[in-house]
Amino acid sequence: MAKVSFSVDLCKGCGLCVSACPKHLLVIARDKINQKGHSPAEITDQAACIGCAFCATMCPDCVITVEK
Amino acid sequence: MTVFEKPKALTDKPFHYCPGCTHGIIHRLVAEAIDELDIEGRTVGVAPVGCAVMAYDYFACDMVEAAHGRAPAVATGLKRCMPDHIIFTYQGDGDLASIGMAETVHAATRNENITIIFVNNAIYGMTGGQMAPTSLPGQVTQTSPYGRDVATVGLPIKVSELLSSLDAPYYVERVAVNNVKNVRNAKKAIKRAFQNQVEGRGFSLVEVVSSCPTNWGKTPEAALQWIDEKMIPYYPLGVYKDRSKEEEQA
Repeated sequence: MAKVSFSVDLCKGCGLCVSACPKHLLVIARDKINQKGHSPAEITDQAACIGCAFCATMCPDCVITVEK
Repeated sequence: MTVFEKPKALTDKPFHYCPGCTHGIIHRLVAEAIDELDIEGRTVGVAPVGCAVMAYDYFACDMVEAAHGRAPAVATGLKRCMPDHIIFTYQGDGDLASIGMAETVHAATRNENITIIFVNNAIYGMTGGQMAPTSLPGQVTQTSPYGRDVATVGLPIKVSELLSSLDAPYYVERVAVNNVKNVRNAKKAIKRAFQNQVEGRGFSLVEVVSSCPTNWGKTPEAALQWIDEKMIPYYPLGVYKDRSKEEEQA
């Protein structure tokens, strides 16, 4: 099973991963705030992830690690 | 099995770039190329003046900071003193295409065996969004509030086309980083530019069409769309110079 993990405190909430995800699994968590003061990206349904790493490819801040 | 993680040639220091700035993607692609070719221990990078001025903090290899626009001249010196090292410069359009144009063109025409990563986002980012030599006709910037007027300030400089008019440079390609497909192509081009140097082939420049959400006044996603709609039609992607093909035909 694919697993996506986020280095939450590096995230700037730009949302490029959200628009890159072909399964529309990522959201910007508006109710959370990280160390930088941004609302970070998070995954809504880990089990539905196909591990394509499109999110990590588009992330400008190397926040995302993808395992399969 | 890890499918994707941060490359080893990047340090742990968080990037200072604005949210959604594609500098981070390009830094990562350069680091991935260094990792894959296993050249980190003998690579020296030259940082520019501009948003990427602090690139020396982000790459794990040795780095030198050059005066504004002079990175290709510094890289020439480094390469000639240490021919067994891999020397790359990382420059923006305000650095390479305006104040550094002379150094760039002359390094290219000498076919210096260096690799240049040229980030073209059509604006001066660090200084607050002034018009750059690469700003599009009609583009609104801090210094062209009514849009770039080509009658007074001329048309943008297309660096890849300009350099490919020279006979000497070995490899010039323009890529973009606005979607997954283009990022993958950009990765191939950047790796090839380093590979050329490892093989001693000569001057390799990769122009990366990039975004500046902050100074374009757009969201990160809208900025990537603007690349598709405005930048790429004006700056077509593709290989502009590839002497390996010319040598095959000869």
